[in-house]
Parts: sequence; structure tokens; C-alpha cells
Amino acid sequence: MRKKITLLLFTFITVLASAQTINVKGVVKDAISGEVLPGVSISVKGTTFGTETDFDGLYNLPKISKGSVLVFNYLGYKKKEVIVGDSEIINVSIEQSTESLDEIVVIGYGTQKKKEVTGAVSVVSSATIDDLKPTRIEQALQGQVAGVNITQNSGSPGAASNIRIRGVSTNGDSRPLILVDGNRIEDLSVINPSDIESINVLKDATAGIYGVQAANGVILVTTKTGRKNSEFKSILNMSVGYQETTRKIPLLNATEYALLANEAFAANGESLPFTNISGLGQGTNWQDAVFENAPTFSVDYTLNKGTEKSTYSFGISALSQDGIVGGSKANFNRRNVRFNFNTDILENLKFTSSTIFTNTNKKNLPENALGSVLFNAVNFPPTTPVYTNGRFSLPPATGTGIEVANPLAQIDNAENRTFVNKISGSYGLNYSFLDYFSAETRFQANYSVVTANTFSGIFNFGNGSVFNVDQNTFTNYKQSFSDYTFDAFLKYERVFNDVHDVKVLLGTSVFKTTGRFEDILTSNASGSNLNNVIIENPVLNGNGLEIFRNNNKGSAQFFDSRLLSYFTRIQYAYDSKYLFSAVLRRDGSSKFGPNEKFGFFPTASVGWIASEEDFLKESEVLSFLKFRASYGIVGNDRIGDFRFTSLLNGEAQYVFNNELVQGLAAGPVANPDIKWEEQKPLDIGVDLELFNSINITADYFKKTTDDLLVSAQTSGIIGVAAPGSSVPVINAGTVVNEGFEFVIGYKNMVSEDFNFNVNYNFTKLNNEVTFVGNSTGVIEGGSFGVGQESPSRMEAGFPIGYFYGYQTNGIFQNQAEVNAHATQTNANAGDLRFVDTNGDGIIDPDDRTYIGDPIADITMGLNLSFNYKNFDFNAYAFASIGNEIVRNYERNLPLTNRPTYYLDRWTGPGTSDSFPRVTTGATQNTLFSDFYVEDGSFLRLQSVQLGYSLGDTFLEKLKFDKLRFYVSASNLFTLTKYRGYDPTTSNGAPIGGGIDQGFYPNPKTFLLGMNVNF
Amino acid sequence: MKKINKYLALVLILGFGFSCSDDFVEVQPKPDNSENFFNKQQDYEDAIIGAYDLLQATYLNVLLGEIASDNTLAGGESATDVVGIQEVDDMIHTPLNSQLRDIWNWMFAGVNRANYILEFKDKTDFVGKDALLAEATFLRAYYNFELVKWFGDIPFKVDERIQFGEQFTIDRTPKATVYAQIEADLIFAAANLPYTQAVKGRVTKGAAQALLGKAYLYQNKFTESAAILDDLILNGPYDLVADYNTIFEEAGENNIESVFEVQYFEGEGASFDCLQCSEGNVAVGFNGVRAYSGPDFSSGFSFNVPVQEVVDAFEAGDLRKDVAILDINAWATDTGATFGTGNEHTGYYNRKYIPRKRSTTAAGDRNLTNPNNYRAIRFADVLLMAAEAFNKSSTPNDAKAQNYLNRVRERAFGNSANNITATGATLYNNILSERRVELVGEGHRFFDLVRTGKATQEIDGFEADKNEVFPIPAIEIQLAGNRWDQNPNY
Repeated sequence: MRKKITLLLFTFITVLASAQTINVKGVVKDAISGEVLPGVSISVKGTTFGTETDFDGLYNLPKISKGSVLVFNYLGYKKKEVIVGDSEIINVSIEQSTESLDEIVVIGYGTQKKKEVTGAVSVVSSATIDDLKPTRIEQALQGQVAGVNITQNSGSPGAASNIRIRGVSTNGDSRPLILVDGNRIEDLSVINPSDIESINVLKDATAGIYGVQAANGVILVTTKTGRKNSEFKSILNMSVGYQETTRKIPLLNATEYALLANEAFAANGESLPFTNISGLGQGTNWQDAVFENAPTFSVDYTLNKGTEKSTYSFGISALSQDGIVGGSKANFNRRNVRFNFNTDILENLKFTSSTIFTNTNKKNLPENALGSVLFNAVNFPPTTPVYTNGRFSLPPATGTGIEVANPLAQIDNAENRTFVNKISGSYGLNYSFLDYFSAETRFQANYSVVTANTFSGIFNFGNGSVFNVDQNTFTNYKQSFSDYTFDAFLKYERVFNDVHDVKVLLGTSVFKTTGRFEDILTSNASGSNLNNVIIENPVLNGNGLEIFRNNNKGSAQFFDSRLLSYFTRIQYAYDSKYLFSAVLRRDGSSKFGPNEKFGFFPTASVGWIASEEDFLKESEVLSFLKFRASYGIVGNDRIGDFRFTSLLNGEAQYVFNNELVQGLAAGPVANPDIKWEEQKPLDIGVDLELFNSINITADYFKKTTDDLLVSAQTSGIIGVAAPGSSVPVINAGTVVNEGFEFVIGYKNMVSEDFNFNVNYNFTKLNNEVTFVGNSTGVIEGGSFGVGQESPSRMEAGFPIGYFYGYQTNGIFQNQAEVNAHATQTNANAGDLRFVDTNGDGIIDPDDRTYIGDPIADITMGLNLSFNYKNFDFNAYAFASIGNEIVRNYERNLPLTNRPTYYLDRWTGPGTSDSFPRVTTGATQNTLFSDFYVEDGSFLRLQSVQLGYSLGDTFLEKLKFDKLRFYVSASNLFTLTKYRGYDPTTSNGAPIGGGIDQGFYPNPKTFLLGMNVNF
Repeated sequence: MKKINKYLALVLILGFGFSCSDDFVEVQPKPDNSENFFNKQQDYEDAIIGAYDLLQATYLNVLLGEIASDNTLAGGESATDVVGIQEVDDMIHTPLNSQLRDIWNWMFAGVNRANYILEFKDKTDFVGKDALLAEATFLRAYYNFELVKWFGDIPFKVDERIQFGEQFTIDRTPKATVYAQIEADLIFAAANLPYTQAVKGRVTKGAAQALLGKAYLYQNKFTESAAILDDLILNGPYDLVADYNTIFEEAGENNIESVFEVQYFEGEGASFDCLQCSEGNVAVGFNGVRAYSGPDFSSGFSFNVPVQEVVDAFEAGDLRKDVAILDINAWATDTGATFGTGNEHTGYYNRKYIPRKRSTTAAGDRNLTNPNNYRAIRFADVLLMAAEAFNKSSTPNDAKAQNYLNRVRERAFGNSANNITATGATLYNNILSERRVELVGEGHRFFDLVRTGKATQEIDGFEADKNEVFPIPAIEIQLAGNRWDQNPNY
């Protein structure tokens, strides 16, 4: 008995002893450099207790039970666990993480380790942004992220890009939802890329936490914050560079042009326009005259500081970029100030904030349209000099139409600029309580004022030219936008029995955006440019604003659009092996009709980390393997306001007493049942890591988007063609995007002096429209030539926006071939032979058919970088395969210039079977056919950068932490068969995209830059 | 402390987060809802502007009506420039014709806007409402008249808009029924409108009477036509302008001869994206001399070019010829003007409606914003219609017919030496010939030829029992559920 009691007592003492607590302290260092690391988080496993290291890498944790496990966590480093033993001093060295699995991924109202993510989420880190030096954020995504396709509206400075995540999933607005620190930002031009910490792209049902806004994908951008317990740290980046055009289209010189024009006139039996060719020579090279080398300049400065409780980060930047066409007349400049401040008000109450102010100023030239500058550079006769008698030359009196003008005169007369002033703020409070709960509220708001000024001075561009200005006109459009998002959510996160990891989120979000438009349009202006314009006798409106003939009495000069949402997410992981996540969101929008005001959006995903299973745990080959799948219902709410009710926003104008009078009339025809577009995204993916150094991610996806908003062609008898009215919009269309993504990355630290990594991504995409529910089954869009039928279509069985025109089958070599062929109006030997696709013996519009589409079948990107000693190098290329582009920059009039491929035209039997004859007579050669559709596939070396960082000894002398110089070249070369300026640009319209009317090409840019940290 | 924290949390979560009700997304639309309107006089005044608006879109009816006739060729830049216009010129138009669809769409838009007011005519009372409703019935009649002229039987409702969805159930109403409503509308309008309006451009009693007389004429109701037109001639405030040349210049707008005139304005911009939105006369830019540089005129698209035959139709000494027809070669020789040539260049232009030199307030695209008012019903037209009606009425009055015809001719020749003394069928043919030269370029010729049964002999390619009306746009038949029969032989 005594023995038993003794044993019991002994056991008890042992237990007591094991429950003993000690005060633990120590220092945390980098395993390789030995530098102390401030701001490392240390937590006691299984509790919420923890701390962070201070300036000197020191930490102090009182009352820690012996035997408990300390977890050392630091962004970019491998997690390390240490068991508390007898020693009170635990010094820890942690290693930099080479694997991406420890990356933190932002998934909406929270973060998750990449390892545990069950959906298709891609991350672009600040390191990538540093490598690419983009002037706009979108460029950092181009070719970098599988499934994300970026096209640019134009290569002009500051031009907007189109972001398409996993294909074009709507005929309407396919812009993804973009949140910068939770704040809804629609125009990324206001963000300085250097301010960005990470860009997270939610590509599948993971985006479902954003419910009705999720169907086009969601991009979550986080900005940089300071680090706690750190001294003042400055980062200064500067670069200067110059840009030049990547391409000039080979055009006929004056002699060739005159000979060809003579041939064309002769073919139609007209007298020759050029009787003396000999003196013409080369003539004017309009492209040489229009393109110039243009400077670009960028500087940004960041100052970070952290105290025990707070972090500060302040950034300021300036960018100025001239255009390769128009120079300073196409200048874009951006000035930006950012301030992030986070602080722990209480130990469990944290405040976060981020405030960004941006000012941009963009000057604009006429671009990518009939009669735009580059269009004119291609078409203007080379026989005309730039100047005649000291003035800009006019086009010939006839033969070049009324849209072709002297492009240099156009540039000279362009007085057009857009200012944006925008302030964005994001403020949050996070409160932790009852061990496992936290509550967070966030308030995000934007206010911006967009002012667009145009001054058109009196100018004559030629007889009857559509550009002629007969009176000085000044316009001023001022738009102000404001919006706010208010989020509040509650989180419960707990691990039961070490294996059941449960996370629950419950929240609400409110979004309201309003805008107001004011405009002045006056013809009583005098002056010579925007800076000295004087407006005479402006008319004042009721609010005392200067206004002249406001377009429309009933038009919406104001909008107010709102969204109210509730959402919940439940995440469960068993033993870090089996992952499950489910989301339900309810959204109500002021845009939806009374019958469909609210929608529920459920999504779910599952994952299995097979590498955690015993049978794989010890594998030396396979260090990580995860299978995952997601599915759900999400929506697209980017539809017009109030389309469910008939408003008096039509145009009602008439003339009484020789003055314009305004009335009121109904606008677009209403559809009370209008609602969101609904998408069902399916994703099945696998993530694996081999030999701890090769990461592979592969995804299969199929997104079916239903209830597309279709502007149904509607009978004219209900008055839809009245000014300011339009057809009703109905939910009746389906498009399917199916594809496959594959990403492989390899990182190797060969030695301390040499490491390299390679990343490659590949996306295969198939887009097919399966239903168009308007009465014709077809939606048309785009434009080709002058007054021709629409070249682009959305129709079941074809990719969205496919090109619809005549299919050609060579050239008629002789009259016998013409006679043998189906009846083709005006056909002669030397003309294009159109295929009689319906076999009715007559070539007519019914013979038009599929002749290409603007959607790439395959896109891919390759990133290569290495460091050797103090040198670093990276290169990055991307490619697009299988997209077609419509060549629509030829005006095809008797005296317009032509590209040199017309030298290979048909001139007699057997001379050409691809290029038709030239003639001024009536032919159908200018009708939209596959003759004008070209393969737009390309491979582009987008960026090459070589940097040199100064060594430590030198740095110490200078008291710098880092000093790096680099040279970079972007858009160095493009391999393509496309004949136009640039195969990467597209206006992004779902129907009508991929039509080139003289795109402003992306410039080739050479930069010399410097990064200093001190 | 802990307590405070808890309260804070409570406020954070409950106070803000869950206090938002679903009403948040109920936003009052701006501007007003169209179904909650006509609550005050101003609402009616605003809505009638909307009904007038589509008059400006009738430029296409005028342009295409002239081109369809034997007066002019399509012209344009090339043989494929606006294919729809070229086809109508050659009488090879099919149900697939954008311009014909535009006419269909725009005239129905006009009818719907007039019916919008008439649908709510009893909602609010105010002084002068009948006059306003009279403007609405006139406009409805004007648009419906265009529709029956162009397309024959049409889908039709009275005092109600055709609403979305109804296109699938509404049938085409025989044009006789439409004409009956046109007559009723114009009788109401004539009874409730004054002969002179303080505001230039507003519909008058005279306009209603003239259009009524014209509608009778189109139905061969000559006796009724003669009566109403005679009433107008005798009691109305109209007269011929002494100098024919002044009529078509800006100074001649809304003059004493103008019974009804569509008003245009050059101060607002326009684009091809919405031609019906233009406040200018789009037809004028289309008619203009291609790449013109010189005095008096400005350039245009060289459509609607007169043929030699119509130039030759003017008798010697007819002062109207040089007003109506611009011989561009002679003009260039005289003035040093330069010009380009387009498709089907004849050397002649429709001088009444080509662009004049523009004012400094003209907005662009200037080809689409010419300010030339369209003299829709001139008193000369009324006199000639009356002459025709008296000649053809059940108890013909050729003396009166000659009198009215000769008023027009006396002005045309500046003397009475060329007066017509014929009677009966000869007089009838004289009246029709006079209509051609008096009204050339004004868009009436095709419909005059059709209603008088002379189209087959005068217009190349015109097929009887087919081309009297134009085809219903195929797409419109389809969009209405494929229930309407196409017009015969299309």
C-alpha cells in the first residue's frame, strides 16, 4: 500500500513537474546570412498565445509549459518547430523557403497557405513585379499566370488593358472583380506597381465568396506594409529609358505606289493619275514621319518603419511616358502617394489602414479607328510631302476618301487630355476574443474625379474631310465617382484534438457606388490649344455650372448602384490531409429586376493532400501531392442599371423657332425579369512537388455561363429604334469555356553563388457559344471597312465573337473560271473567288461563314532567372497560338497607299492565287473575307533584365543595404506571321475584338535603372 | 477592460454589420419612370417633343423616295456605297435592306411616341390640352401615312403603344383601316389647331388640312380632297413666294408658302451610329457634291444625282430649272469651283437640298448636321394637289384646276404666257408633269407615280403588283414570330 502511495505521489510529482512553466527567450537568425530577423512570429502550438521578435531578433515568452512546441513563422522562410525543454534560452536559425507551398494566398476575407488551398488560385509576388518593371499592373499578369489572358487596347502610354480569366465568359462586361486591400478598384492605372506586395487571382469556384461578382474571376491585390520592430528603411527605385516602335508596315514607296495606282486606273479604263513616274523616287515615308523615339521615366520611393505595436509604410512615385506616336502629345504621367499604417490598439484589437492618392494625366490621339493617326500613316499617298508651302499638305482632292488625313496634321491638332484624381482608402479593425473568435470590420472607399478636355481649333484637313473643324470647340467632361464597401465578418478558427481544423466565416458586405456627370461643350471658344482656351459666354445651368447644350434633358447625369451581401464559409481539414470548403453567399443588387432581386450562390471545394499519407510520406521523389476539385454557382452582375424598368432617358429633341428644344422620351425597353449572368465553374486540379524543387500545377476547368444578357434584336414596331431607346436586354445566352492549365516551376540553389529558377505556364482554351436566345440566334458586332455588314458574331456552335465573312478559294485566273463559278457580282479575272458555301449558284451574303476567331487556343509564358554572385538575370517570354486578327487598316480607295504585299498581286493568268488584281472599278475584293483574316499567333520576348548588386564591403562604406543597377529591354522581339503592327493588342470587345484598324503598337523599351535600399 | 472589449466587439459586429436591410438595394431610378408620367402639363409638353423628334428621321424617306423614282440615280462613292440605297434605285431591293428597315423602325418609333401621349390623354387636364393632343394626332397620322405609303398594311394600334411582347400577337391591319384613322386624326388636328402658331415648327391647322387632302388623294377620294384643300387655299394664310429661288435658302425657311416644314438644326453633333438622332438633315449631306470646294456650297456624299431626263423635263424658260438642278460642270467653269466624281456621276445635283456654306456654329460630323429644313408640304404642292383633285373629282371643276395649276406656272415662268388651257385628261397629265418639275428633289415623285399608276412605264425595273410598296424587312417578320405575309412578289 505504501508502495502504491509512493508511486502515486511520484507520478503526481512527475505530472506536476511536467506541467512546470519556464520563461523562454532567445534570438532568431537567418540560417545562411546569420542576420537577426525582426518581426518573426512565435506561437505556442495549440494555443493562441504568442509573440514576435523585436529589432534585434529577440523574443521573450513567459510561462511556457515544458514540452510545448514553439512555432517560428516568418514570411518567406520555412516554418520551424522547437520543443521547449529545460533550457530557458532557445536560439533559432530559420531557413529561407525555396518552396512556394508556404506562400500565403489571399482568398477573400482571409488568407490561406498555398498548401491548403482547394481551389485554382495563382499568385504573382512583388518579386515578379520587380523583375518586370511594368508601368501598369496588368502587364505583370500577362503570360505570368496560367489561364489569365491580357490584351491591350493600345500600346499608347497609359492605355487600358483587358483582363480575361479563363476565357471570355460573357458577351457583356467580362472584367474581373479587382480588390486592392479589399477596396474595389476598376481602373488599375491609378496603382503604382511598386506598391504591390502580391496579386492573387481566384480563377474558379474559390471566387464564390464574392458571389454575384465572381463569374469573371477575382483579383485580390495587397499593398506593402511595414514590418514590426524595424528601423527606418528606405527603398528608392529609379529608371530612365527610351521607347521605339517594334514595327513599321512595309509600304509602297512613291514610285511603286504611282505604278500600282496607274495599273488600278487602267484596269477600269480610266485615265492614268500619274503620267510621269520617273521623278517620284521614294516619296514620303509617312511611318518614319509619324514614329519617334520617346523617353520614359519612373521614380518611386518607399519608407518603412515598425515599432513594437505599429507599422508604417509610406510610398511616393512618379511616372512619365511619352508616346512613340505623337511624343509628348501622347504623354501619360502618374503621380502617386500611399500610406499604410497598422497598429495594435490593444493586444487583441488591431487597426489596419491603407490610403492611396493618385493623379494621372493622359493625352490622347485618335487611335485604332478609321482615320486614326496610324491608319492614315498607312494610307496617305507617299507622293505627297509632309509640308506644302510651310503648311501640312492636304490629301489629293479625290481618290483617298474623306477619312484619310495628313497624320502629322492630326497629331499637331490633337488637344485632348484626361485627368484623373483619385483617393482610395481601406481601413479595418480586427478584434480577437474568446480564444478562437475574431471579428473584423473594414471600410473601403474611393473618390475620383475624371476630367476630359478637348479643344478643336479651326483646321482644314482637306476637301470634305470628316475631320475638318470649322469653328473652335471646347469640351469639358467632368465625371465624379464615389463608392464605398463596408465588410463585417466574424471568424471562428479552432483545431480540435490536433487533427480537426475548423474555420468558420460569417459576414456581410455592403457596396454602394455613385457617379455624377457634368459637361461643357462650347463652340464659343477661342485660343490655340488647351492651355489658353477662352470660353465665351458659357451658359450656366441651375447649379451655376457652366454648361452648353447638355446633350439630353432626360439622360442619366447621375447613377447609384448598390449591392448587399451575406456570406458564410466553412473550411474543414482533417489531419492536414483531407480538405473541405463550402461557401454560400446571398447577393442583392439594385441592378436586378423586382422579380430577381436576390440570388444565392453556393460553391464548394475539396482537397486531398496525398503526400501526407503514410504510403507517400517517406517518398524521396514526391515531396508534395495534392488533388483538389471545386464547383459551384457564381454570378456576373456587370449589367446596366435599371434595365428592369422603363425610364424617361431617351432622346427627345426637336427644333422650334430655330433653336433646339429638349423634351422627354422613354429610353431602352425594359425587362422586369432581368438578373445576373450565372456561371457554373468546375475545376479539377493537382499540385505536386518533386525532389523538393520542381513544382507542378495542372488544372482542368469547364465554366458554363448561362443567362447571358443578350440585347435581343426586337421588332421595330415597339419603338426600339427611337433616339435614345434600345432593345430590351434579356437573360438568354450560354457560353462554355473549357480548358487545361499546366504550370511547372524549377528552383535550384546550386551553390551560395549561383541559383536559378524557371517557370513555364501553358493554357489551352476552347470557347464555344452553345445558345443565343434572341430571335435570330445571332448577335453581331464590330465593324469592317466602310458601311459593310458586321464582321463578328456570337452564335451557337462557334467561339464568341468569331469572324463571319466570305471564304475565298484563290483568284479567278481567267474569264473561263469566272464563268464556271457561281454567279459573283462584278467578278473578273484577277478577283477573289468566294466559295458558294450554300451551293445555290449565287454568291450572296448567305454564303458568309466562319473564317476565324480572335480567341487564342493556347497561351503560354516562360520565366527564366538566375543569380550568379552579384549578378542577376531574368528573361520572360509569352506566346499566343491560334488567334486570328482582321487586317482592317487598308482603306482600299483608288489613291490610298498600300502595303508592299500588293506587289505580289495578280497581274495575269498564273501570276498569283492569293492577292487579287488592283482596279478602281467595282469589285467584291474589299468585302470582308478570309483574305483579310490573318493568323495572329505570336511569341514575344517580353522582358530581359540584367542587374548588378554591389558587394557587402562596398555597401557598408556607403551605409546602404542594397545598391543595384540594371539594364532591361522589354518587348525586344516578336515572332509572328501577322502583317500589322502588333498582334498583342485587341480592343477586348467580346464581339468585335481582334479587328486591327491601325493599332498603336506596344513600344520596345530600353531602361537603365537603379534600386537602393538604405 | 475585457468588458469594454466585448462591447466593442458587439458594436462592431451587430451595430454595423447586420443592420442593413434588403431595402438598401431598392434605389429610386433616375430619371423618372415612363409609366408614372403625365402628371402635369409640362409632362405632356415634354413628351410631344419626343413625338416631333422622329420627323427629322424622315430625311431617309425623302432621300430614298427620290432615288426610287425616275428623277435621280443613287450615286454615292461607289456602286457598293450604301448598298440598300443602290438597290432601291435599281428596283432590285429585297426584304434584306437596312435602309428600308430604318424607315420601318423610325416611323414606328414616331407612331409609338405619339401614341404614348394619346395613351395617357385622359390622365391630367389642363388648359390647351386639345391643341396639344391635336399635335399628337397629326404626328401619328404623319408617321402612319409614311408607313402605309412605304409598306401597305401595317401592325397598328390606336391610343396605345405597341408594347414589348405584343409583336408576337399583333397582325397587320389593312391600310384602308389605317387611312381611316389617319383621316380621323387629321380631322381632329385641323379642328383643334390654329392656322398660325407662335412657335415656328409646330403643327398648324393648315398642315393638318393639307396632309388630310393628300391622304384623300392617295386613296383617290378626289372630291373630299378637293373640298379640304380648297378650304385651306381659300381660308388659310398661305401664298406662293414670288421668287422660287428663295424658297430653299435658309432665309426662305418657314415662309408664307410653307404649310408644313420639318425643322433641322446644325448646332449639335451627329454620327453614323445613330442617324435618327441627328438634329440635322442627313439627306442634305448625302446629296452634296463630292469633294466640293468653291462658292455657295459645301461638299457631301454625291448621292441622289438627277438624271438628264428630269433636267430635260423642264420647259424652256422655266425659272425653276436652275434652282432645282445644279449643273456642276457649268458651275465649276463659271466659278472655278472644284469637285470630285462619284458613282453614276451625271453632272447634276439636287440643288434644293445640297449643303450650303455652313455657319460657324455648325457641329460635326458636318455631313450629317446640315440645317436645311425640309419643306414637307409647300403651298405650291397644295395648289397642284387641289388642281388634281378638282380635275378628277366626281364633278370635275377644270376651271378651278387650271386656275390653281396656273398660279404655280405663272411663278415658274414669271408670266402667264405659259398658262395651261387644256381640260380633262390632258389637263390631268399637265398637272402631273407640273408636279414633277415643281417638286423635283423633294421626295414625292415615286409615290406620285405609284398612286397615279404610271410607275411601271416611268421607272426602269419597276414591276407592277410588286414595287408599289416596299417589302416588309425580313428580320421584322422574323422578329414578330413569322406570322406576317410578305408583301406580294417579294
